[in-house]
Parts: sequence; structure tokens; C-alpha cells
Amino acid sequence: MLEFELNAWRGSFHLLVAGRFGAEWTVLFGPSGAGKTTLLRLLAGFDQEHLRGFSRVTFNEIPLTDVERGVHVAPAKRAIGMVAQQPALFPHLSAAANVAYGLQKLDRATRARRVEEMLDLVGAAELAGLRPHDLSGGQAQRVALARALAPEPKLLLLDEPFSALDGQASDLLLDRLKTWVRTHGVQTVAATHDVSDALSAGAEVLLLREGRRAAFGPAAEVLASERARLLDRLGSA
Amino acid sequence: MEWQAFFLTLRLATVTTAILLAAAIPLSAWLVLGRALSPRAAGWFAAVEALATLPVVLPPTVLGFFLLVLLGPRTAFGRGIAALLGHPLAFSFDGLVVGSVIYSFPFAVQPLVAGFAAIPSSLVDAARLLGASPARMTLTLLVPGARRSLLTAGVLAFLHTVGEFGVVLMLGGDIPGSTRTLSILLYNQVENFDYAAAERTSAILLTLSVLALALIYSKAQKRGARSRA
Repeated sequence: MLEFELNAWRGSFHLLVAGRFGAEWTVLFGPSGAGKTTLLRLLAGFDQEHLRGFSRVTFNEIPLTDVERGVHVAPAKRAIGMVAQQPALFPHLSAAANVAYGLQKLDRATRARRVEEMLDLVGAAELAGLRPHDLSGGQAQRVALARALAPEPKLLLLDEPFSALDGQASDLLLDRLKTWVRTHGVQTVAATHDVSDALSAGAEVLLLREGRRAAFGPAAEVLASERARLLDRLGSA
Repeated sequence: MEWQAFFLTLRLATVTTAILLAAAIPLSAWLVLGRALSPRAAGWFAAVEALATLPVVLPPTVLGFFLLVLLGPRTAFGRGIAALLGHPLAFSFDGLVVGSVIYSFPFAVQPLVAGFAAIPSSLVDAARLLGASPARMTLTLLVPGARRSLLTAGVLAFLHTVGEFGVVLMLGGDIPGSTRTLSILLYNQVENFDYAAAERTSAILLTLSVLALALIYSKAQKRGARSRA
């Protein structure tokens, strides 16, 4: 269970939003600039200097952020995995070394096994020895996902992580990922501005507009008007 | 005589550069990562960076004078060091190393701060989330990502030490084999109207500088060619 009340100022942008996510998979939906990335970064423990007043985040009843009580758990100690829109792979390390970066505490054999398993999961096993500058955008996003999953986080935050993958590849990867998070009991919050992505996830949706919660509930309800608009466009095509 | 001064200068510059890099890498990483991790303490980081840059604007003779007094028998600090080492630091090779490290400090710190700060914050965030400590981030992310800045810092610190005059004269005097560096030797040769010797000394200093700069630019060109490929 992820619960939060956030009040943050970033320049002239004001995010004021509260939520209680209990579903396995929750989608943050909203147009560009709605505050999706800001919200995910605050949940991950970044940019805490932007928080004001009563802001707080708890995950499985453990306080991660509480401004009033001065609680700020460091990003590394939140058991969170995050994949941003830009894969941010370490450029001087191979894909395998990128995935292994967060596994320092494991012994060498377990680490190698986990890296192989993760690259296999995201369909990037053959990329293990390549450096990021030799990867396409989609391949880099796969490796970034493997890197985030490797330490087996409890909460996974995805910020439009498949934007560089084509529809079919993206659907396939999403299916594999959903099976994996379900098996490993990982709660996921995924941000998207693509209505078909949000609907296909069949999850709970938090609709964000200009830093405020516009709606929250099952995808079919929250995105009914967006769905109708999409169908209308497809019908007129 | 030139060769004695030449090797002394090389020794001084090598030791100084090694100490400078060992001190400047963690300090620069602390300044860059500290600003990213604790934005509210930005004022402290600015103050430390200003202090580290001070030798650029301070006249070398003033710095040399301060160090001469600090390391000499007039202060408790100087007397303590002399008791510890068995000799005073002023007018010794070790004293020159201390003076050179302080004098060339900004020339090592500034390129490193610029190089480390140019590393995308998204990479630092990814490393933080994966549990990397600041030391690990420095060794596995900042240093490999700022190799050219590291080379620039090393070469600048080395050349700056090779060419320093004011601090050496104030703090080291002019002791052959101990504190008489090439630039002091050159000054002596000109003072004695021995222009032929002065030309040789100048040629050595000039060659050292050109070689070192050529090293930086050849690396830059190779990097540019690689990134265009």
C-alpha cells in the first residue's frame, strides 16, 4: 500500500496531490506537464527540497517522507526501482555491468546469474556485452528496466519507460513485466500520457491535471471520455 | 646546473601533481555531489569552492610570505612541524611541496569541478537509487566520465608548478639541489647577464609546456574524432 500527500513547488509549478494506491499496478495518466515525473521523483526520494508543509509518503506503513517530522529516507533505502523516460545508462559500462551496478552486495556467481536472468526477462540477453552508445533507444530502455528490476525492489516506478519501443514490442515487454512483478510481489506505479497504454494496463488510474488529482479509479471509468475520443478517432480514420 | 634544477623541478611538479589529484578528486566530487544531494547547503559549498580558488587571485609573493611566516619558527604551528620533522619546512623541498600544492590547488580543482558537474544528473540519480555511496559514485561514475578533465587538471597543476616563481622564492629561497627550480635558475642567469644559459633554461621550460599542452589537445582531438565516428 502506497499512501502519499504531496505539496511541492518546483519553480512556478505547484503539485498538490494525495493518493492511496493498493492495486498491484497503478497508472498515472495525464498530459505532458501534468506533474507525473515530479510525483514519481518525489515518491522515489528525490527533490525533497521542493516539498512543503504536510507532505508525507508511506509505503507498507513505513514512513519514507514526512516533512513535519523531518523524515526523509534516502532513495537507496526505499527499496524502490525506477525507470525514467531517458534510460540514463552508465556510458562507460557494458549493458551487463549496468544491470549489475545495484547488486554489489551479492556474491559474484549470484550476481552474474541475476544479471543474465534480468537481461533475459527484458529480451536483451544478446546485448550483455554492448556499451550504451551501441544500443538503440528501445534496447537502452530494456537494459534500464533490467537494471531497475535486478535489486528486486518492492515498489517499481516507471516513467514512460517504453516510449522508444514500437507497439508490439512494448506490449510483449509489458506482459512479461506484469507477470514478473506479480510473481515477485512488486507494486508498480507507471506514468503515461498514452491513453491506449493506460487502458491496456487494465489497472487503477490516477488522472493528473496541472499538478492536481482530476480523478482516481478503474481505468474504464476514469478514462471513459478519453476512450470514447480514441474510438471516435479510430472510427473516423 | 640546468640539469640539477631540471630534475628538481620535475620532482617537485610530479610530487605536487600527485598530492593535488589525490586531494582535488574527493574535494571536487564532494562539491558537485554535495550540491546535488543537499541543495539546501549550497552556501557552504560556495564558500569552500571560493576558498579553494583563492590562490588564483592572491599574488604568489603574498601567499609565499604567509606560508613563510606560518611554517617558520614565529608560529606554534611552524615550531610544531619543525619538531615533528626535525627541520623547519621553510627553505626545504618539503616546504616547496606544501607551497606548490596550495598555490596550484585551484588549477586542479576547477577543471575537475567543471568535468564532474557536466555529468548528467540523471546518471547520479540512477546511481543513488541503486545504492551507490558518494565514494563509489566518484570512482565508478564521476572519474570515468570526466577523464579529460582529469588529464587537464593534472597537466595544468604540473605546468603551473613547473613555472611558479614567487612562492618558491619566498618560501624556498635559492638553495641548489634543494629549492633552486628552473624558474629561479633562469632569474639568476638573467641577473648575471648569462643570456646563453638563460636561453637554454627558457628552452627547457618552453618545451615542457608545449609538450604538455600538445598532450591535452591530442587527447581532445582523438575524443572528438571518436564522438564524430
